[in-house]
Amino acid sequence: MAARYDHIVVGAGHNGLVCAAYLAKAGKRVLILEASDRLGGASVTRDFAAGFSVSACAHLLGQFQSDIVRDLGLARHGLRFVSGPMPTAALSPDGRPVLLSAPGRSAADADAYPAFTARMHRLARSLLPILGMAPPRLGTDAWSDRRGLLRMAWSVRRLGRTDMRELLRIIGMNAYDLMEEHFESALLKGALGFDAVLGTNFGPRSPGTVLTLLYRMAAEAGAGGPRAVQPEGGMGAVADALAKAARAAGAEIRREAPVERILVKDDRAIGVVLASGEEVAAGSVVSSADPHTTFMRLLGPEHLDTGFVRRIKHFRHKGLAAKLHLALDGLPAFSGLDPSTLGGRLLIAPSLDYVEHAYNHAKYGEYSKAPALEITLPTVNDPSLAPAGKHVLSAVVQYAPYDLAGGWEAGRERFTDIVIDTIEHHAPGLRSLIQARELLTPVDIEREFRIAGGHWHHGDLAFDQFFMVRPVPGAAQYRAPVAGLYLCGAGAHPGGGVMGLAGRNAAAKMLEAA
Amino acid sequence: MTASLSTTAAPQRRFDAIIVGAGHNGLVAACYLAKAGLSVLVLERNDYIGGAAVSRQLYPEFTYSNCSYVCSLLRPEIMRELELPRHGLQIIPYEGGCTMMRDGGHLALYDNHDALRREIGRHSKRDAEAYDRYSRDVMRQCKFIKPLLMRSPPDPTSFKPRDIMELLYLAKRFNGMGEERMYDTIRFWTMSAADFLDEYFESEIVKAHFAGSSIIGTALGPRSPGTAYVLLHHYMGDIDDAVGAWGFARGGMGAVTKALAASFQEKGGTIHTGAGVERILTRNGRGVGVALTDGTEFYARTVISNMDVKRTFLQTMDAKDLPDEFLRQVRNFKIRGSSGKLNIALDGLPEVPAIPKGAPCTRGDMHVTDTIEMMERAYDDWKDGFWSRAPYIDMLIPSQIDPTMAPDGKHYMSVFVQYCPYRLANGAPTETGWDDTQRKAFGDTVIDTIARHSPNFKDLILHAEIRTPWDIEREVGLTEGNIFQGELTMDQLLFNRPIPGYAQYRTPVKGVYMCGSSTHPGGGVMGAPGHNAARQVLGDLRLAA
Repeated sequence: MAARYDHIVVGAGHNGLVCAAYLAKAGKRVLILEASDRLGGASVTRDFAAGFSVSACAHLLGQFQSDIVRDLGLARHGLRFVSGPMPTAALSPDGRPVLLSAPGRSAADADAYPAFTARMHRLARSLLPILGMAPPRLGTDAWSDRRGLLRMAWSVRRLGRTDMRELLRIIGMNAYDLMEEHFESALLKGALGFDAVLGTNFGPRSPGTVLTLLYRMAAEAGAGGPRAVQPEGGMGAVADALAKAARAAGAEIRREAPVERILVKDDRAIGVVLASGEEVAAGSVVSSADPHTTFMRLLGPEHLDTGFVRRIKHFRHKGLAAKLHLALDGLPAFSGLDPSTLGGRLLIAPSLDYVEHAYNHAKYGEYSKAPALEITLPTVNDPSLAPAGKHVLSAVVQYAPYDLAGGWEAGRERFTDIVIDTIEHHAPGLRSLIQARELLTPVDIEREFRIAGGHWHHGDLAFDQFFMVRPVPGAAQYRAPVAGLYLCGAGAHPGGGVMGLAGRNAAAKMLEAA
Repeated sequence: MTASLSTTAAPQRRFDAIIVGAGHNGLVAACYLAKAGLSVLVLERNDYIGGAAVSRQLYPEFTYSNCSYVCSLLRPEIMRELELPRHGLQIIPYEGGCTMMRDGGHLALYDNHDALRREIGRHSKRDAEAYDRYSRDVMRQCKFIKPLLMRSPPDPTSFKPRDIMELLYLAKRFNGMGEERMYDTIRFWTMSAADFLDEYFESEIVKAHFAGSSIIGTALGPRSPGTAYVLLHHYMGDIDDAVGAWGFARGGMGAVTKALAASFQEKGGTIHTGAGVERILTRNGRGVGVALTDGTEFYARTVISNMDVKRTFLQTMDAKDLPDEFLRQVRNFKIRGSSGKLNIALDGLPEVPAIPKGAPCTRGDMHVTDTIEMMERAYDDWKDGFWSRAPYIDMLIPSQIDPTMAPDGKHYMSVFVQYCPYRLANGAPTETGWDDTQRKAFGDTVIDTIARHSPNFKDLILHAEIRTPWDIEREVGLTEGNIFQGELTMDQLLFNRPIPGYAQYRTPVKGVYMCGSSTHPGGGVMGAPGHNAARQVLGDLRLAA
């Protein structure tokens, strides 16, 4: 069969679209194949009750890299924001929440906070070049690998001695100890510690959670500063703008075209077979699907050596975060919270121990009895998401293990009630406003977004699954062990969060190979 | 022993070097300095030497290794160079061991690879095969790390030739492993013991057995990233070239420090016991000596502290001699009490029905934690300020192999307990929440745990010494009773240990050094910190080691 395309991109998630857009911009003939009828993968807006829509997986945009926005002309393609940088409020059981921008509970904390965040941002910025590069391989004689290692060393070294020492010390630490070193207010420490573990499989006492915090802050630095923002029309608007940019550059997008298998001939990926049986040939295939799906299902272990297969099997990819959506009759009131803050991020993580206790359950296959939450009310900034006067509540809920003992069919309603009760405690009367509710557990996320394990990073973000070992050695440079097959999803470096770097780095690697 | 070690007549006041604390690292450093021709004084607060490597008679006719209790990590170079065997040190390897299961089963341990492989195969055929791969991979990591133990870590922020050369040496060694193994090494150093073991084994009992050494002395659970390294830390010893083997010091762990002291005294060294150091004296920004609690002063241009960093800098030095930032970092150094200890005199050998009669399973380390989850839950209790309701215990009956520890027919049992907090959440109104009632309740938890596997155990108890982290701190001087003088976490290893920028045994005060387990490569009765510190001192004095 003759190849009509230079590249086939499997999956129209944001990374797949970014990758396709960059490839198309470089003059390549690109086809994007998406299994569902909508684009964006986990960056999506969809209905969940009559007249109510929500960003069904990722719900905030704080990490999307500004150079990608610029390169792809996303503003021109319709990406607009309905909020400025959103405030973050730490909700308190005593009804006296604190804004992270002015953590005024304790004078000492108020003093320490600006210096702490300034330093953390400095350290995080030194990691940004590392997020934006293809990880070098170790032990090769290739000049490009050596240059990569030097670049990495340089970006850390140029911090200067004091900051470099601090970075090398704290990067392996846990968030719990770091917060204890700097602050005294439980509420502030809890909120900052929760940000460190959001979307990870860790509690604040787990070593490595300072890395996940710095990772997040580095991504924010690349997005133009520490801020979370809300796109007009929800996260689906990001996908729409990306799709327009990709199409404008000449890429072709097919929906409802699920890839069944990656075709391999003479140890080389030469195209894909769709579920319909149709075969599409291409010079190379790049998958934005998670590594398990890509290697174990689409490619098949028969094309890989056993050592590699073992590594893929051990890639930890089971999610711990759930997503709650509520359709509300009106705007809820949160105790002690100024209504002007309702358009921000509201955190329920009143102390580090609270978050750690929530995590304890997850270790044993139980959901948190007192979960930690990141809540947003997207309709405050964007009324178009609900009928007039009505509101949507969208919350990331931790922890909800993929492998719940007893299964989620039995556990979902009970856990939903626990989550709602947890919010109700801070927003009395919430329950009476609820018209409809939806809880997406990792199992639901797996089903709806086709992410094996339902992990929004496609796999744990931890030292042993980061950078040159992400997802696994042998595939950490976006290139699979099978020629002509590439990875561009969150399972590749640098990981998930809607930032677009995996897609862009993969495209760069592919163009370099061409 | 006390009197024979102390010099009583007209004490000398001026030495080339003074070492504060006669723990094993202090004595190792002392030996090397004396060997190089320096006049060296070792000062010990207690009436006996040894620090945490002691043999004590706390019940008539019984000898307890009442802190550290087994030997493996002591560097063979040190053994050889200081001629410890000639000075009476004899290490006897374990003959076996076991982990008992709650359902009455057990996993027996053998030092022979094939025998252990067969035993693992009894629980899972797949795991028996994986065990070959596991031991190969772990040994490879050991081989990589071992040469680093006896070197001073480089400062990665420095441009000094020595640091750059040392970094290049590390890079070269790392590079020598080959690409795949380098990635494995990165993963190994950063992952949790539970994840690491999951990559090899399927059987819970096998995983639980290997995970034990990942939490000993550590305020982390087996699921915490970084614990795979701690597991390795306990594998780095070797006895008679049997890598990773553990053994008993004949006569208890005090035999190690006794041999070191003998070696030191043969080289002309002086030890004063009952000589608690109150202050490290400085003049014009450099160390000049020490003052004892009784006011006596001793002088030397080199003062080396065997105490942990917190005790050294926060309690024994004047804050105005030290930079504020350094003091802040010392306060932030993590030294957490997480281990307790029971020393028990037994009227006979306890029956353990789970173990086949005549098997060598009791002649080594015995455990009762049969799943990783049980270990992790034990950690959860500690996080909340309680001792583990179902603790991980590492118990041994050395008197079976070393008859000097107990009278004929009777036995000494050492029970190491993980986890036990330094400060109790709902404790008594004391400084740490511990009092006699709490201590007894803690001891009962441990004794009940053992009794569940041994029906006649309680009846055999003649005496039990129960040691909480608070007790260990007060007796030995280790902050929070932490056996490693500081957590072995990524932020406190290599060039970060104990304080970034001060990983080369020097302190901000010229002439004052550290040689305890707070420094690289950390704790265990290894002696490497003492050896490395001595080499640093001699280097700075432009003397060859």
